[in-house]
Amino acid sequence: MSDRSKLLEVSVWRGTGDEGAYETFQVPARDNQTVLDVVSWIQQSADPSLTYRYACRVGMCGSCAMMVNGVPRWTCRTHVKRVLRDGALQVGPLRNLPVIKDLAADMDPFFDKWIRAGGVHRPSRSRNDPIQQVPPDDPGRVEANKGIECINCSVCYAACDTVAGNPDYLGPAALQRAWTLYNDAKVEDRQAVLDSVSGAGGCHNCHSQGSCTRFCPNELDPLSAIAGLKRASARSFFRRGE
Amino acid sequence: MLNIRLYMAQRLSAMVMAPLVLGHIAVMIYAVQGGLSTAEILGRTQGSVWWFLFYGSFVLAVSVHAAIGLRVILHEMTGLRGRWLEVFTCGIGVLLLIMGARAVLAVTFA
Repeated sequence: MSDRSKLLEVSVWRGTGDEGAYETFQVPARDNQTVLDVVSWIQQSADPSLTYRYACRVGMCGSCAMMVNGVPRWTCRTHVKRVLRDGALQVGPLRNLPVIKDLAADMDPFFDKWIRAGGVHRPSRSRNDPIQQVPPDDPGRVEANKGIECINCSVCYAACDTVAGNPDYLGPAALQRAWTLYNDAKVEDRQAVLDSVSGAGGCHNCHSQGSCTRFCPNELDPLSAIAGLKRASARSFFRRGE
Repeated sequence: MLNIRLYMAQRLSAMVMAPLVLGHIAVMIYAVQGGLSTAEILGRTQGSVWWFLFYGSFVLAVSVHAAIGLRVILHEMTGLRGRWLEVFTCGIGVLLLIMGARAVLAVTFA
């Protein structure tokens, strides 16, 4: 039953760049209400200047991730009831990324690292060759399939303490993408994938704390993907001597 | 701040250290249980090539392992990078090597 008189105490980060502070709003509580609904209510009914980012509202586009009570979450699929603490909610921009304004984080470092980690498909055949058949039960395909549902929401990147301490670290999403490509039968130069993730900010910096796997909203396992890259690069190290 | 070479150096040095640590603990328990005096211990270690190699390789492995580990901690805690981080890593490695080598030489050379 809906209780129209109840109010939520919501503090929202306001500011640009490094400057800012939390501002508190009273938001009507609803029986079924996501964190994104709350943020949208504030923008539509209390302060139209509030800046935030969203698109699909159904957990597919990966654009609405924010820090909710200190934890990175996809706000469109996070019910307020699950995360409410003493009737209060704190919503901030994603950790480990620069802030553009209010709740909108600058995703450039996240996607730049995707590219640095070799997250681009390097095909083994041209358009003139016949299409390569990939059996669905091929072990490499099975391993690659584990990571392809990543929506690039950057929740794992925000959760990662290694990224917080080492800004050069590529981060869980980019490394999981590299592991997917390494296991893709259609990728010709797999050594190039390993080389991309074996530099100063590469997979070897991971401390295996597992926050990426713990907080991934799609229940993916970047921690195991990174462990796979470490094993593969160690084998390559012994094979090539470097 | 770890590339594949530093990562492998740290893991391989850990693999060297693991059996040596167990050997060292076993020797300590033996020495305490048997009630060996300092002179009796030195009598066994001085002039022994085997004890020199045992503790010598341990000191080498520790110098590599600890220097790389401290490098990571320092970088993540303070953001230090570049040449000074390399100087710190090599400095810690050399320092531990000198201190360890002095100790090994003291108990294995007569």
